[in-house]
Amino acid sequence: MKNSVLHVTDVHKSFGGLQALSDVDLNVEEGTTHAIIGPNGAGKSTLLNVCVGRLKPDHGHVVFNGEVLDEHTPDEINQLGVSRVFQTPEIFPDLTLLENVLIPAFASRDGSFSLRPFSKLRKETEIRDRAEQALADVGLAALKDREAAALSRGDKRRLELAMCLIQQPKLLLLDEPTAGMSRHDTNRTVDLLKTIKARGMTKVIIEHDMHVVFSLADKISVLAQGKIIASGTPDEIKGNPKVQEAYLGGAH
Amino acid sequence: MKQIVSREPFALLAFAVVILTMPLWLTPLGANYPDLLQKFAIFAIFAMGFNILFGLTGYLSFGHAAFLGVGSYAAVWSFKLFTMNVLPAIAFGMAFSGLFALLIGYVSLRRSGIYFSILTLAFAQMCYNLAYSVLTPITNGETGLQLTLQDPRIIDRIFVEPGPGLPETNLFGIDMSGYPGFYFCAVVLIICFFITRRIFKSPFGLTLRGIKSNQGRMGYTGYSTRPYTLAAFVISGMFAGLAGSLLAVTDPLAGAERLQWTASGEVVLMTILGGVGTLIGPMLGAWIIKYFENIFSSFNKSTLSEIFSFLPENLQAFAVDISSLFVGEGWHLTLGLLFMLVVIFLPGGVMEGWRRLVKRFSGGGGGSPESAPVPQAAE
Amino acid sequence: MDAILLQFLNGLDKGGAYALIALGLTLVFGTLGVVNFAHGALFMLGAFCAVTFNKLLNLEQVVLDETQKTAWGSALEIRTPYVETLFGDFGHFLIDYSVPISILITIPVMLLIGIAMERGLIKYFYKRPHADQILVTFGLAIVIQEIVKHYFGANPIPQSAPEIVAGSANIGAWFGLSDNIVYPWWRLVYFGFSAFIIAAVFSFLQFTTYGMVVRAGMRDSETVGLLGINIQRRFTVVFGLAAVVAGLAGVMYTPILPPDYHMGMDFLVLSFVVVVVGGMGSLPGAVLAGFLLGILQSFASMNEITSIFPGIDQIIIYLVAVVILLTMPRGLLGREGVMEE
Repeated sequence: MKNSVLHVTDVHKSFGGLQALSDVDLNVEEGTTHAIIGPNGAGKSTLLNVCVGRLKPDHGHVVFNGEVLDEHTPDEINQLGVSRVFQTPEIFPDLTLLENVLIPAFASRDGSFSLRPFSKLRKETEIRDRAEQALADVGLAALKDREAAALSRGDKRRLELAMCLIQQPKLLLLDEPTAGMSRHDTNRTVDLLKTIKARGMTKVIIEHDMHVVFSLADKISVLAQGKIIASGTPDEIKGNPKVQEAYLGGAH
Repeated sequence: MKQIVSREPFALLAFAVVILTMPLWLTPLGANYPDLLQKFAIFAIFAMGFNILFGLTGYLSFGHAAFLGVGSYAAVWSFKLFTMNVLPAIAFGMAFSGLFALLIGYVSLRRSGIYFSILTLAFAQMCYNLAYSVLTPITNGETGLQLTLQDPRIIDRIFVEPGPGLPETNLFGIDMSGYPGFYFCAVVLIICFFITRRIFKSPFGLTLRGIKSNQGRMGYTGYSTRPYTLAAFVISGMFAGLAGSLLAVTDPLAGAERLQWTASGEVVLMTILGGVGTLIGPMLGAWIIKYFENIFSSFNKSTLSEIFSFLPENLQAFAVDISSLFVGEGWHLTLGLLFMLVVIFLPGGVMEGWRRLVKRFSGGGGGSPESAPVPQAAE
Repeated sequence: MDAILLQFLNGLDKGGAYALIALGLTLVFGTLGVVNFAHGALFMLGAFCAVTFNKLLNLEQVVLDETQKTAWGSALEIRTPYVETLFGDFGHFLIDYSVPISILITIPVMLLIGIAMERGLIKYFYKRPHADQILVTFGLAIVIQEIVKHYFGANPIPQSAPEIVAGSANIGAWFGLSDNIVYPWWRLVYFGFSAFIIAAVFSFLQFTTYGMVVRAGMRDSETVGLLGINIQRRFTVVFGLAAVVAGLAGVMYTPILPPDYHMGMDFLVLSFVVVVVGGMGSLPGAVLAGFLLGILQSFASMNEITSIFPGIDQIIIYLVAVVILLTMPRGLLGREGVMEE
């Protein structure tokens, strides 16, 4: 049995009268890709928001490598090694692609504030090389001096992926990483995510595209109406009647 | 990746040449006299510093005049208490304004957007009101803080016998009025330009631009943004304090009106007019405003009548009437109009206009129709 | 005890002015999403409506009376305002009541100015960043202020209240308290007037369908637009309304504070603080904070207080604003998510 890196225990979150998450328990094992699927409005993005400190759970805890995440601010959580790709891309629209990737590259890993007003960007060749490599990994190297606002939605998502990957996080949270991409780009992204998996990075992925889910996930949890209704390997999930019902029921 | 030849020495040299030859190339424009030249250099520093905060982080401070005023007061007190040498005065000006900026910034930066603007405005107004009332022993209220014959000037007294009149500010014996004063300010400006340029091109500058672009993302990327914005705030506050102390160097008195929020508005205008977030835009903005202020406010009815003397008499009277709205005392009206026109038609300021022009003439043809020629003050 | 009551009363009229200006600011911000730095200029323009009206009434007919000689030996000039020669006692009445009567011209004038401002400038800035809105309206405020300065000069122009309310009310005696609590009538009038205007604005928003749409627009302008309601026209009316409220606040304030060209800016800065303390986008918050800060400022200027904290009266409003902003991030009654970024 592998080590479990991310524990979500008994997390509740409600907005006014709406119970978005109730009694959510989740264990993500080190080095695995854990997919969370479920109908729209099931609370998947809320769950990720709780994990990165965008929302505080009403009660329950999220523990990552022994650290209770809900006691930390978003930047501290990132410094612990958690990066996230958002559902609507969160990039720096006014900056060039290269600069978009340089910023996460400079975020010092020990969390300290470093001014360095006089070190020259131009001279930081090692970091620049890494940034260019990260852009090349997601296939955006040719556009590195373009302004990020001008990118298509799919390209913005790939840029955001590069911004997360350059930090070499221990845990990568992906909220629909292939939405808005062409089939070709989706396949390339899946391939890229597979190579990261080979490097041993733990991933939690929210995805509607079952092709992507089944080609990447080691484990799948199904979230419906704020509750985990099933967890297991892809094969177990495929044969689970409750899952079928949740999806069909959710459609009506 | 191969090492690119640094353009820094070239840029610095070009900048230094442009600044130091200002008396030459401003002569045909009728702006070659020391008072105005000094103002060009000083307000360029003020605007450049403001731009480090507003241009890079996007935090719009409406209270930067407070730091200008603090710098002036600190410098004059240095003249009064210690020595007429300008270096300690500048050091005091920067130290005190930096301290003020640290305190005000620490509190104000807990909020963003318009709340930040209001907080800085509130602090600046507090300083202004206090300078007029309780702090009169320090600020000398409405009269303004001036040199007197009774000032102790303890360091100067060790070396020389005080002369009969009020002493002049000096740099180790060189009087800081007139052209030497300008060249001193010019050298400081060049140093400030160098620092600003370095900040723009550093990872720190990139971090600040990231904060402006998407502050939320900065958090999820592992940055605690407040130390960075605070650093930018303090640096820009110190630039303002430096500018304030240079004002005192060239004319050793300090009045509370320097702290007023209209002065804060002026530096915002300079920055916008030149081009927010660009390296030299704010400086151009400062020059344009000070240049036109100088020209427009010197006009009066008789000069206007001369200008319009070619018109028939009643038409001349009419033209004089209308144009007198915009000159002399009415210079601020022109300023307000200019402000509106720039924000409406050219939000990127002069630098944006320049880029559009270059684009059009280099065959890009991308310039939009409203990119009308803009007054260019330099180069 | 007397002193405290007196200070409380002293804060009411200033609080009323703050509340009225802040009300308009909030209305415009809440519905149109525009931060209007020219709102203080509207207050000032209202005040100058009163000045202009008074000037017009006081245009004088000069008659030389050769039978009487001045000390210089020239004929004595007898000056009588035209309105008095034309209307006799009624003319005199007009002059005496010039401030309240000028409300009648202020309303249409300010409505026109407000609509012109919205149609001519503000509407192009709905989608621009708040910083741009601040800057362009700041520019406009300077322009308005300088034009007024050009035509009316830089000095304050005192206006007098009608004779009937010229003195002070012995409020203490009304309530069986000591005779020391005297309070200028006109300030009392101003307080009542501002309370009336506030009530009128709130009932307009509460009880008319027009107001309902405006309130809905403050919540969610997009949805209201999707319902097929002509939001644009209503925006214009809201802006006109805000301008009228500011103008009225200015007209009636003239006997308390002689208007000059920069009074708008002075009040604007304070009113912005009021709006922020009350909570951006909250109308009751603006009114509450307006009166609260007005009264607080008046208390802070008591000798007993200033002798302990010298200068506190100068900074109290800003100090309170800072404390409230830091402890209650959305102001007293602000809603979540307004102007957060």
